[in-house]
Amino acid sequence: MATEPEAGTDARRQRSSVAETTGTTSPDRDPRRLARRRATATVVGFVLLAAGAFVFLFPFWYMVVGSLQVEPNPTIAGAFPDPSNVTLANYGDINSRLNLLRTLLNSAVFTGGVILFTLALGLLAGYALAVLEFRGRGLVFSLVLLSLIVPFQLLMIPLYVMIVRTYGLADSYLGMILPFAVNATAVFIFRQFFRSIPRDLFDAARIDGASELQILLRLAIPIARPAILTAIIVTFIGPWNEFLWPFLITKEQSMQPLAVALANYITTIAGRAANPFGAILAGATVLAVPAVVLFLAFQKYFLQSDIGSSLKG
Amino acid sequence: MAGIPEATTRPQTAGPGHRTPLTQRMFGTQPIGYVFAGPYFIFWLALFAFPLGFALWMSLHDWFFAAPGAQVDRPFVGLDNYTSVIGDPDVRRAALNVVIFIAINVPLTVVVSMVLAYALNQALPLRTFFRAAYYVPYVTASVAMIAVWLWLFARDGLVNQVLGPVAPDPSWLVNRVWAMPIIALFATWKQLGFYVLLYLAAMQNVPEELYEAAKVDGAGVVRRFLAVTVPGVRSATTLVVILATIVGANFFTEPYLLTGGGGPNGASVSPVLLMYREGIEQGDAGYGAAIGVLLAVVVMTLSAINQFILEDRER
Repeated sequence: MATEPEAGTDARRQRSSVAETTGTTSPDRDPRRLARRRATATVVGFVLLAAGAFVFLFPFWYMVVGSLQVEPNPTIAGAFPDPSNVTLANYGDINSRLNLLRTLLNSAVFTGGVILFTLALGLLAGYALAVLEFRGRGLVFSLVLLSLIVPFQLLMIPLYVMIVRTYGLADSYLGMILPFAVNATAVFIFRQFFRSIPRDLFDAARIDGASELQILLRLAIPIARPAILTAIIVTFIGPWNEFLWPFLITKEQSMQPLAVALANYITTIAGRAANPFGAILAGATVLAVPAVVLFLAFQKYFLQSDIGSSLKG
Repeated sequence: MAGIPEATTRPQTAGPGHRTPLTQRMFGTQPIGYVFAGPYFIFWLALFAFPLGFALWMSLHDWFFAAPGAQVDRPFVGLDNYTSVIGDPDVRRAALNVVIFIAINVPLTVVVSMVLAYALNQALPLRTFFRAAYYVPYVTASVAMIAVWLWLFARDGLVNQVLGPVAPDPSWLVNRVWAMPIIALFATWKQLGFYVLLYLAAMQNVPEELYEAAKVDGAGVVRRFLAVTVPGVRSATTLVVILATIVGANFFTEPYLLTGGGGPNGASVSPVLLMYREGIEQGDAGYGAAIGVLLAVVVMTLSAINQFILEDRER
């Protein structure tokens, strides 16, 4: 794709070098030619990026347009909103089938619980691994990292047996939350952050007679606010979007997060609705909006901290 | 710390009072670290280490679900679960599907995300907008995105309307040939933004002088991309290949929802879908766990090989 304009510049290079055979400037240093080349590259780059953006964003546009149609219109014209074919009825329809408020609440409790466990366990462990000197610290850190390598799917069946069959936590928030409480990424984020703070700061507090718990609560956590926000935001999209685990352990619809309830609707009952795609897309829009809004509001936390630390690590 | 005090205490080194206290030598200077790291470690033991061992143990036993409270015999069966997994035609189909998935997903991800990251790394208008646009599918729930793809690729869906007579029959998601490529395409599309940003971060670490030097030598944009950028981001490529392989081996939601449970007729079944069906729906947990162990071993071996091949070339 990108070789075409290059071939074009090659052709021009031949022409311009013929014209310049008497001059001393090499064709590659000719400012006009360089400017032309740069302009071509800019246009090609921009077209490429714009095509990419279309491919990534069109399904979102199509989701919202489809969720507002009275009659599903899969033709090309249906990709544009038609004022005579617009309704909010699909949202009412999906709400009467899934109880959107209840399933959204379930998603929120599940997500909030995971964030709470992640912060409580992760801050303590991250602080210990970064600041405190104790024997076996390196080993503990290696064990934390080990859980990043093993895919969750391997643990799926034993966790199901333990949580559902042994402890009877099916259809409960705790059962949904527990497997996500072991969040190695958050420990990693906090450890990296606390390591970047000068040791003298903690030592000074110790000389003033503060206990480690006081240092953590009054000094380390307040400074770590940006790391905490990063951990919250990066953690949020995990449980909010998660399907497999809550799908396995919730059978009652009143306990299902929205992603699970919507998936069950797609697989089992959608065929009976008047406009099944409209209702499904309305549910999909409600599910997508919170994560997308959070992302747009806190972009830099997704785009910088997360990626940067995972590359350097 | 060792320097100054030593001179004054030297005559008494044998005395016990001047050595590091025993507790300190055993546990370090701040043993409170155990208390701080303890809660996480307990969760790690209960929700990671124990289930990991339990998975291995189960896979070596005839472990099935029984009525609550019933005393049942779950005899040790050695590698029986593994031999029946390997001989199972469904598992073989799932393994083939993982190969198809990875063969589409990994090269497509590496090439497209590298090219888009390279374009994003130039001084072009609307860069911030593009960067965000690519990431949006990555932060959105698979279930929501699959809902849209179901509509796009339905029999009378927009894709077939655009294609007209070229549209495949049977349609994409119920077509034995096309079901897997569509799943791989969906997963690539959904994850791509993450990899674009990973490459973008890596490209910002490629020294500017290399580009300048290439420019002086008369290299054009494409030349500079191939000669400077591609080798410059090799460690990111290793990471991308490994992560994309892991994702490729563990897909579940796509065949469950997009192709209606691994259809048509098992053509898009995945190992994790089989684990769910056999291990949880059918209650044969030992069998399901054996699939899981084999899958994890294969993925880790592939990752190690990838790392070896891709990193080795660097030297």
